[in-house]
Amino acid sequence: MSGGLWRDALRQLKSDRLALVSLAILAVLGGAAVAGPWLLDFREDEIDWAHMAVPPFVADGHWLGTDRLGRDLLVRTLFGLRVSLAIALAATLISLVIGVGWGALAGYLRGRADALMMRFVDVLYSLPQVFFVIILTVVFGRGPLSLLVAIGAFGWLTMARIVRGQALALREREFVEAAVVGGAGTLRIVGRHIVPNLLGPVIVYATLTVPQVILVESFLSFLGIGIQEPLASLGNLVADGASEMETAPWILAVPAACLVLLVFCFNFLGDGLRDALDPRDR
Amino acid sequence: MSTFAFIARRLLGAIPTLAIIVALSFLLTRLAPGGPFDEEQALPPEIRANLEAAYGLDQPVAVQFGRYVAGLLRGDFGPSFKFRDFTVTELIASGLPVSLAIGIAALLLALALGVPAGIWAALARGRAADRLVMTLAVAGISVPVFVIAPLLALVFGIWLRWLPVAGWEPGRLRDMLLPVVTLALPVVAYLARLTRGSLLEVLRAPWIRAARARGLPQRIVLARHALPAALLPVVSFLGPATASVLAGSLVVETIFGLPGMGRHLVQGALNRDYTLVMGMVIVYATLMIALNLLADLVYAWLDPRIRRERRL
Amino acid sequence: MALLEIQALTVDFAGKRPVRAVDHVDLAVDRRERVAIVGESGSGKSQLLLACTGLLAANGRAQGSVRFGGAELIGGGDPAGAVRGRGIGFVFQDASGSLTPHRRIGDQMAEAAVAAHDTSWQTAMATAERMLERVRLPDARRRLSQYPHELSGGMRQRVAIGAALMSQPELLFADEPTTALDVTVQAEIMTLLAELCRDLGMALLIVTHDMGVVASLADRIAVMYAGRIVETADAAGFLGGPRHPYSAGLLDSVPTLADADGAELRTIAGTPPASGMVFPGCRFEPRCPRREARCTREDPPLAAGTASAVACHFPLRRENAT
Repeated sequence: MSGGLWRDALRQLKSDRLALVSLAILAVLGGAAVAGPWLLDFREDEIDWAHMAVPPFVADGHWLGTDRLGRDLLVRTLFGLRVSLAIALAATLISLVIGVGWGALAGYLRGRADALMMRFVDVLYSLPQVFFVIILTVVFGRGPLSLLVAIGAFGWLTMARIVRGQALALREREFVEAAVVGGAGTLRIVGRHIVPNLLGPVIVYATLTVPQVILVESFLSFLGIGIQEPLASLGNLVADGASEMETAPWILAVPAACLVLLVFCFNFLGDGLRDALDPRDR
Repeated sequence: MSTFAFIARRLLGAIPTLAIIVALSFLLTRLAPGGPFDEEQALPPEIRANLEAAYGLDQPVAVQFGRYVAGLLRGDFGPSFKFRDFTVTELIASGLPVSLAIGIAALLLALALGVPAGIWAALARGRAADRLVMTLAVAGISVPVFVIAPLLALVFGIWLRWLPVAGWEPGRLRDMLLPVVTLALPVVAYLARLTRGSLLEVLRAPWIRAARARGLPQRIVLARHALPAALLPVVSFLGPATASVLAGSLVVETIFGLPGMGRHLVQGALNRDYTLVMGMVIVYATLMIALNLLADLVYAWLDPRIRRERRL
Repeated sequence: MALLEIQALTVDFAGKRPVRAVDHVDLAVDRRERVAIVGESGSGKSQLLLACTGLLAANGRAQGSVRFGGAELIGGGDPAGAVRGRGIGFVFQDASGSLTPHRRIGDQMAEAAVAAHDTSWQTAMATAERMLERVRLPDARRRLSQYPHELSGGMRQRVAIGAALMSQPELLFADEPTTALDVTVQAEIMTLLAELCRDLGMALLIVTHDMGVVASLADRIAVMYAGRIVETADAAGFLGGPRHPYSAGLLDSVPTLADADGAELRTIAGTPPASGMVFPGCRFEPRCPRREARCTREDPPLAAGTASAVACHFPLRRENAT
């Protein structure tokens, strides 16, 4: 029953301390990304001529130091966090919408339409993702929007497969129920049975997609093909840091640590959700 | 079906994938708004028209595609739009040996480190060694290559001064060490986890207990009964591992200044050099397909059930 | 001295809820004797066999004494290792699960012999071929180079039996060897086992919940319930008149031709206790039709050392049992 599923899941999740800690950290990071820059003294493109490339805790107000152009590192990192999170969430949302729609439709239609639709997914899946994303950025130009399109173009594939599998399985069950309950019960069936059963894997996989998108986006931004200066993304901040690491390692350390923490937490949270909502699927 | 026919059938199956990749890359690059010469300083229209004619860009798309494929079959990837003195083929040829060298070395290193680590962790299950290996493995998987690379360069190249941070002299192993290790680490981590999980699962199988019940000593049970089955998923993983290594090589070649294909690809992407990007992507894709094929073949060879079914 | 002497064997499993699967079991098997251990699932009978041969899961611990030919098998350092595949052979329930899928049948059988006796590979393969013929596997030589998945279930069970007998053990453990097979194949395998025991002079300790197997194979029967032995008797006496109420229930529940068509199957009321429960009195008391107040207070002991024994305060009398 749907109510019981959520209650069990919640209980399981509460016992998974790693997932809870990750959720807390993510909440903090999210809050910092949204509200942090307002609360801090410096703007992300503001150059502090007096304090160029200073280490953390040394200069007033620059808690985590500055980069070689004198820009406050904490603020820039938070901005980078903002951008990376925004793209990740947006791309995941796109993948979700397309993936769920595609998969549900294929599972519902069955037969040849289903076979055709999933063949399309298989073909796209066999393409080397990173390289085609690069081609797409060459085609559509660099920048957040084109990045979104490029990443979203591949992100929906696994979601579609999962949803289609679930839809097929559910359809078997639902026919029997529908036959028994009659036409009037269909909406309730959809609400009580189909949605909760779909929602579980969708939530799990969406949570696990986010860190993957973050990694792809930062990978591209690192290489200079993604987010462009002066806009900050965790990826190009790490690239900046890498070029300065001999003399100013904190410029690398701060965004790198933030990125790794972000990815870790999303992965642990996703694992925890998967244990809670789909325990057999380890 | 003989082995030869099996291989042939797999090869034929790979061709459509390759064809799609070529077609798709081509279409996408031709779809781009604007042409490859947009970013030049203002060109007088006649010169631009001449340039475009010279590169065959004034022909209809289908014709262009036909000429491109014909060129591919001859091994000609077309001219680079940005590196005017070089053809794409030349750029690929100069970079391929380097990329192949570090890629293959990274895969071999990953296998040599990751699989034994996973076995060790499985046998030491629950104890300190197991937890150590697994924690390191999680770190290796979660930390992206472009964070590992600068970190390793910092520690080993700059602070400790053990290894060179950039530059490439063909044959100098020291130049290869950092890039190869960096590339290998995520794969080592994943292989360790995979091998450990797979071995633990195999050790729970009833036929392992039965083998011990027949009086076989533990090391024979491990070597002849458990490991061959446990290593099958590792073989399957070679395909995705190759994809990971190839993608990672883009970062590694950039950071360590290696004259491989990856660096050219990144340059090409930054310069919007269509033919270069297209050509590189096709080569990378071919490498991946080839290795996936190899993994498939090795898997089929190792698993007698598949092998026998082919024979019957 | 008996070939196999089990004394006060106890098997515990560690975990979130510790479980005692076998509780102070005494049992003896003589040379060439065939003993059947009977009980429901969860009674601990399989764990008994596994404990004797040192094959318990990692979180299992065996205490007590199991002596085979005078040598102690319980203790640290895997003392049972000397006896596995040599003195004691083991046939498991799921034959498909007993054979390694990626190794040829001949290799699997031969390597056991090589490991045990250090014979040459050729000798071992020849022995394997003879063993396959002995277990009535047609076309033995060809089978040697085949893989397990190329054989049917019944054939695989024969191979498993053959593999267990490679070293001509004195005692064969069989854990429900016929349960996973078709009924017709079951009969064949049981006949085969009886024959082999006779021809090789082997003792047999067979675990089963199938009374038919008991009737056709066993010399002596031990009944296990919730980790304890509750009755031992010779086969004829047992089948004619069980003394423990549980044994009576087991025998009674077997449908016979004498039953009327459509008659309800007889069962033992209730369910076996969950593993790990502790009892002040008799374990079977909640389900026993003969229980009285004394049964909840006192745990009836099994009179040790006698050929026929029963652990019950109010056992059935032989002549009255149904």
